[in-house]
Formats: sequence, C-alpha cells, structure tokens
Amino acid sequence: MPTTWPAAITEDIRDSISHFANVEGSVLRALQNIQDTFGYVPDAALNTVAEICNVSRAEVYGVFTYYNDFRSTPPAPNIVKVCVAEACQANGSDSLVAAISAELGLDVHAKSRTGDVEVAPVFCLGNCALGPAALVNNQLLGRATVERIREAIAGGI
Amino acid sequence: MSVQTLIYVPRDAAAVSVGANEIARRIEEEATERGLSVKIVRNGSRGALWLEPLVEVATSQGRVGYGPLVANDIASLFDSEFLDGGDHRLSLGPVDNLPWFAKQNRLTFARVGIVNPLSVSDYESHGGLVALRKALAMDPQAIIDEVTSSGLRGRGGAGFPAGIKWQTVLQTSSAQKYICCNADEGDSGTFADRMLMEGDPFTLIEGMVIAGLAVGATQGLIYIRSEYPDAIATMRDAILLAVEFKILGRNLLGSNREFEIEVRVGAGSYVCGEETAMLESLEGKRGVVRAKPPLPAIEGLFSKPTVINNVMTLASVPWIISNGSSAYQDFGTGRSRGTQVYQLGGNIAQGGIVELGMGVSLRELVDGFGGGTRTGRPVKTAQVGGPLGSYLPASSFDVSMDYEALLAIGGMLGHGGVVVFDDTVNMAKQARFAMDFCAEESCGKCTPCRVGSVRGVETIDKIIAGERRPENVELLLDLCEVMTDGSLCAMGGLTPLPVRSALEHFPTDFGLEPVLGGAHDATA
Repeated sequence: MPTTWPAAITEDIRDSISHFANVEGSVLRALQNIQDTFGYVPDAALNTVAEICNVSRAEVYGVFTYYNDFRSTPPAPNIVKVCVAEACQANGSDSLVAAISAELGLDVHAKSRTGDVEVAPVFCLGNCALGPAALVNNQLLGRATVERIREAIAGGI
Repeated sequence: MSVQTLIYVPRDAAAVSVGANEIARRIEEEATERGLSVKIVRNGSRGALWLEPLVEVATSQGRVGYGPLVANDIASLFDSEFLDGGDHRLSLGPVDNLPWFAKQNRLTFARVGIVNPLSVSDYESHGGLVALRKALAMDPQAIIDEVTSSGLRGRGGAGFPAGIKWQTVLQTSSAQKYICCNADEGDSGTFADRMLMEGDPFTLIEGMVIAGLAVGATQGLIYIRSEYPDAIATMRDAILLAVEFKILGRNLLGSNREFEIEVRVGAGSYVCGEETAMLESLEGKRGVVRAKPPLPAIEGLFSKPTVINNVMTLASVPWIISNGSSAYQDFGTGRSRGTQVYQLGGNIAQGGIVELGMGVSLRELVDGFGGGTRTGRPVKTAQVGGPLGSYLPASSFDVSMDYEALLAIGGMLGHGGVVVFDDTVNMAKQARFAMDFCAEESCGKCTPCRVGSVRGVETIDKIIAGERRPENVELLLDLCEVMTDGSLCAMGGLTPLPVRSALEHFPTDFGLEPVLGGAHDATA
C-alpha cells in the first residue's frame, strides 16, 4: 500500500470528513464517507481519520478491518454480490454460484476479480421469497440467473 | 377516456428485483401511445411476493390486481381494458378479496402496499398520526402502561416485553436519552423490517416519536444495514418530509415537545444486529458485543439510558396507541400477544408477508399460505427464526408459532422468518453452514464462539467423512454446550440450535443411524 498520497487527494479526503471533527463516535461514519466519495479507503486516509477524530491510527485501523464493507483498493467497474445465506440456498444459490464461477473463471466464495467484474458472496439481501438473490452494481435481482446477472452488468454500463 | 386512472406499481426492492421498474415504464409508454391518462403510484409491496410484479388498478370494484407480470404482458393488459378492471389471463380480481390477504390480520403492516410511502397526506388519510396526537396529550406513564398492557414483546427475536424496557428508561434519570431502532435485519429469511421501511416509513417514525415521548428522549437513531440501500433512501426521504410536516423536530404537531431522528448505516457485520454490538457500531467502533449488565436501558448509547427496539416492535406502537391495548391483546395466544409479521421464504410457492395473531401453526403458514415448496417436492424442513433458529422437521409443523410453544420444542420464534427446504436438502451441510457462518461473523470476543465455530466446521467435516463418527458426534455436542453456555450473545449462544436440531432430526444425513434423535425420526 502506498503510504504517501498526492497532496490534493489528501486534502479532498480531509474536506470530506472535516465536519466530523469533535463529533463523538464518528470514526465509522468518517470511513464510510471516504468510501462513498472515493470508492475505497486509501491507506493514508486512516491517518487523516485518526487526526480529525482525535483517536489513534490503531483504533481507526481496527474499525476499518472489522467491517466487511470496507476496502483498501479501488473497486472494479462492476460489482456482483451473490447471496449465499439459507433462504437462497433453499432456492439453488449453490448452482448459481457454481455457474457464475464457471462463467467468469473464478471462485465466488472468495472475494475475487476478473477484468472489470468483481464478485463476492453476501449473507442475505432481504429478498428471501424470490431467491436466489444477487446484487449487481447495487441493483437487486430476484430469481437471479447467470443470464440476468450478465444483462444487469451490460445494462449498467 | 378523460378520467385519470390510478395504477399502483410497487417500488419495493423485491418487486423491483423481478422487474417492477420496467413494468412501470412500459405502462407509462403504452398509455401515452394510446392517449390514455394514467397516474402511476409507486407503493410498497403488498407482501404477496410470488405475485410480484403485482400491478393494481383503482376501479369502482376496488383495487384490481394483475400479476406476476412481465414487460411483454403490458400491451395485452391494455387490450383487456385493465384500466377498468377488465379480465386478463393474469387478473387476480379485487386484491383485498384474495383469501391470502383476507385471512390475515394486518395491523403493523396495515398500510404497507396500500399507500404511497412518501405521502404524508396518504399516511394521515389511512389512520396515520392518530396515535401521535393521542400520545402528545398523554402522560408518559400512561403511554408506557398502554404498551405494557398490550403485551407487546420485542419482535427482533428476544421477545422482551417492550413496556418494561421503556419503564426502565423512563425511571433512569438523565439529561440525554436515546431511542435506537434496530434495523440491522441480517437474518436470512427475514425482510419485514425492510418492507415496512420501504412501504410505510412514517409508521416507524411515529412509533419512535411516541417512544421518545414515553421515556423522555429527544433523539432517535435508526441503524439500517448497508445491504438495504432502498430502505435507507426511503427512510431518509421520509424523515425530511416528517420534519417539514412537524412530525419530527421542535414543536411536534404544534406542541412544545421535540424529537429528532437520524439514519445510521451499518457496514456489513451480522453481529451488529445484536443490540450491544449495534451500540458499539453506533459509537463508531468495532461491532463487538458488550457484557450485560449494565442493561442498555440504563447505560446504553454513549452510556446514556437507551431504548433499543426492532423496527417491527416500534412500528406496532402506533396501532396499539390508536386502537388501545386491549384491542391488541385480542390477538395472540397465551403470553404471546398481538400479531406477528411472519415472513415466508426459501423454497416456497407463495412466499411473502403473512401477519396474523400469534399462534398460527407452522403447517398453516407453510402449506396453507405458502402452498408448499416452489419446486413441488415434499417439504423436508423449515428453519424458523433465522440462521440461529432450529431446523424443524415436517412432522413438527403443528407447532403453534408463538414464543413459548417454539421454545418448548427446542426452537425459537426469532424475527418470525420461516425458510422452507424441500427433500433435496442435506442437513449435515446445513449444520456445517451454521458453524461456518458463525466463524465468519463472530465478533471474536468470546472464545467458544470465535474458536468453537471453527472447530465445529472441522468436526462436522469429520462426521460427514465418516471419521470416528460416534466420538466426533459427542465432541460436537460438547462443543455446542460450551458455545451455548460460554458466549455473551446469541451468535455463539444460539448457533448450536440449527446444528443440534439438524443432528437430532436428520441423523441419517450425517451418515448416522436413524435412532439418535429418539422418537422424532420415527414420526417423521
């Protein structure tokens, strides 16, 4: 990970979270803000959060690494999340995962990337009566199939 | 036709996930092409999810439904004069008359799917704000007494009496108190919180304001999981509208009382649905559970007295205040009063929201409302109460779906989710998943949960592989006991429920003799 970062971006990061200065308990929200703005949380941003929130870098790092949503690298243009929780298992999510893995040539069970598509498993999207469910670029799919996921990726660009 | 026809096309994420946006667009286009005047209302879903996308048309005979629709059906719908409720291959007739709806007791979900979720006037004309007006004229103690005597218990899973929790917060003096709504609905098979937030957000807001008036809190927070982007957006829009209409803010409905609500978003952690982990997360920290005591009602968010209730609990409050606690008491059975919003999911023909007085049988839900499996194969099991709930064999489906009856057979009601599996499911695999999920999502604080779940996966793998089966089963059961007794929260404490129930009721799936579970298997 780069420990230095272009000064301009560091300033952008600072600006995006400056309103959290002296706000009790705002480490998580500051990190979320950065990720919402930049798509990920660059390593150097942890220092900025620590400084603005007046806590140690270790504390920020602890929060950053605890939550599944956070990422330290830029996201792929397309993000596919496939539900692998019980209700979708009952509707054949295993076959869907296998089909997607075969199509993209990677393992959906581990967070992985190929070309401009990144896939990851997720536990429950709240669409349990219309499974298997998937989330393609934040668009929820019910009765998901490889074909529908492919269409959603194509349609979203 | 010069009259404008009202057409309802749900905006609910589940409906949109199977094409509702496309349907709305096509109806608009087709109407324009035919020179017809229509107004499309994007309502919540009525909860019959197997009929989505379900379109309703306001006619003289009521709201006539059509579904499940695909985009190619739209032209033929217009040809069938559906704007006048005309007959069509996918016509359902007046939706209120469908037995699936007519047999339900929609109290908490009364407005979901009926109203425009972001219309305050719609909300008011369907009974909204009656409770808040009433509560503003009531003594805090009187509000709490009403909630206590309604028998309302925590709908998030724990089933703790809401009124007693509120009473504790009222009696704990502090300049600052909080109302925290737990909307971290992470259990697979549950989606009622999401659908209410997307379909009738003002009910949750009204419930939270009343809770604030009751305990003397002026600040509310809704913790919504990040996997629910639509619910987050709808709640935020609703809060802005509520402020505009003085349902929130200073001088609530012209009174001298105040209450504010803020939405906070989770970051992908199942354990944050546990109330103390949620508090840690709301304080911006790692979502690690806290030991209790101190109870959050006494030392909660930022160590201040805090009411933590699930979405369904808080959203039930307006109905109780409007209609009175005894009317709510009229629903339910034994010590489980009122209605439960059951959620039917998994491999089920007619999945969705079924709100009924507590005490309906699981069979009535799965076979009656649910119509059996979607695949048409026999039902093997249903997991009730989320990933930490038991797998119940079909032979036990006469159980009454209330807190006590489920506990008596080694299960739990939880958040009211029912996930159905057909006979192709392998229960050893499901038991393994339960341990694996725990290993993945454990916050790590308690060793039995953090390490035990990993050992659990390994041990189940050995059992499946046929390695020293009797010894490893004994080890697994011992592990389950340690996890149950040695974990602070339900993550480690209840993961043994799905594991043990799978082992007890379906031993042959583990390669074991069918006697382990005792009489159960014989009756299966």
